[in-house]
Amino acid sequence: MAHDHDHHHDHPDHADGSSLTPIEARVRALESLLLEKGYVQADALDALVEMYETRIGPHNGARVVARAWTDPAYRDRLLADGTPAIAELGIGGRGGEHMVVVENTADSHNLVVCTLCSCYPWPVLGLPPVWYKAPPYRARAVLDPRGVLAEFGLTLPEATRITVWDSTAETRFMVLPLRPAGTESLTEAELAALVTRDCMIGTGLPLAPETAQ
Amino acid sequence: MSPICRPDDPGPFAEPWEAQVFALVVALQERGLFTQEEWAHALGRSIRPEGGPEAAADYGRWLATLEALLAERGVTDSASVQARSDAFLRAAAATPHGEPIRLANDPHPSP
Repeated sequence: MAHDHDHHHDHPDHADGSSLTPIEARVRALESLLLEKGYVQADALDALVEMYETRIGPHNGARVVARAWTDPAYRDRLLADGTPAIAELGIGGRGGEHMVVVENTADSHNLVVCTLCSCYPWPVLGLPPVWYKAPPYRARAVLDPRGVLAEFGLTLPEATRITVWDSTAETRFMVLPLRPAGTESLTEAELAALVTRDCMIGTGLPLAPETAQ
Repeated sequence: MSPICRPDDPGPFAEPWEAQVFALVVALQERGLFTQEEWAHALGRSIRPEGGPEAAADYGRWLATLEALLAERGVTDSASVQARSDAFLRAAAATPHGEPIRLANDPHPSP
C-alpha cells in the first residue's frame, strides 16, 4: 500500500470538514508535542519512514543468503559471526547489532519467533509481518512448530528436526535456508530472487527456480 | 488453539499513523531516551495486560507503550497528550476537506 508520508497530509473524509480517527489525532498530538520539545525532528522522522518503506526489507537478507550459497568461505563467516559477515554486504544498523544466522540442513529446520513481543532482524528482513507480532504465532511456534509450518503450507518429513529460536532485543535470528535443487547454473542475483521473507523466518522454503521465472 | 491469521501483506505500515509511531519510537531510541532492550520489555509488558488476554504487538500497542514510557520519563503526560489530541480533532472538523489539518485551525485553542 503506497502512502504519502508527509507528516501533515490529510485523509479523505466529509464534504464540509476533515476528520481524524481518535488514534490518528493521538499520534499527531504526541508527535507535535515531541517536535515542540525538541525531542524529534520532522525531517529525521520522514527519513526513517522512507527508509523502512523503500530501502530496508527482505531483499537485503536475500542477498546475504545468495552470497552464502555461492561462497562457502562467506557461509562459514556468516554462521560463525552473523553481524560482521552481513556488514560485508553493506547491511547493518539498528535491530541487527547482534545477528545469529542458523542454517537449515537436509535433516534439520529452523524457525524464528519472538515470544516476548516482536523482535525481528530489521536490517535483513525489514519490519515484521502482522502475523509475526500476533499472539497465535508467538505462542504456537514454540508449542507446536510442526503445526505452524503445516499452516504455512510446509510439511517437513517426520525425521526432520525442528529448532525454534526466540529472538530478543539483544539477539536476533535469521534462517539460512537450503539452496534449492536445480539452481547450479543460476547467478547470485538470480538466486537472491528465490529467497523469500518467510524462508528466512523459517515458515517457508525458497522458491523453486521454475516458479521464480 | 487459534489459527495464525495471515492477511495480505500491506507492506510495513497499513496506515500512515503506524509509520509515524514507528518513526517516533526509533528516533527517541536513537536520541537515547530509552534503549532497544527497555523498549522490548515495555512492549512485552504492555501486550500482557493484567487479567486480559495477550495482545498483538501491533502499532496501537506501540503507541500505548510509547505514551507510558514518555510519562514515566517525565517527557509528556497523558493529560497534555489528550488536550493536544482534542485540539487536533477540533482543528480537523474546522478544516475544509482536502486542506492540511493544522493545529492553528483549532477554533477553541486552550490558553
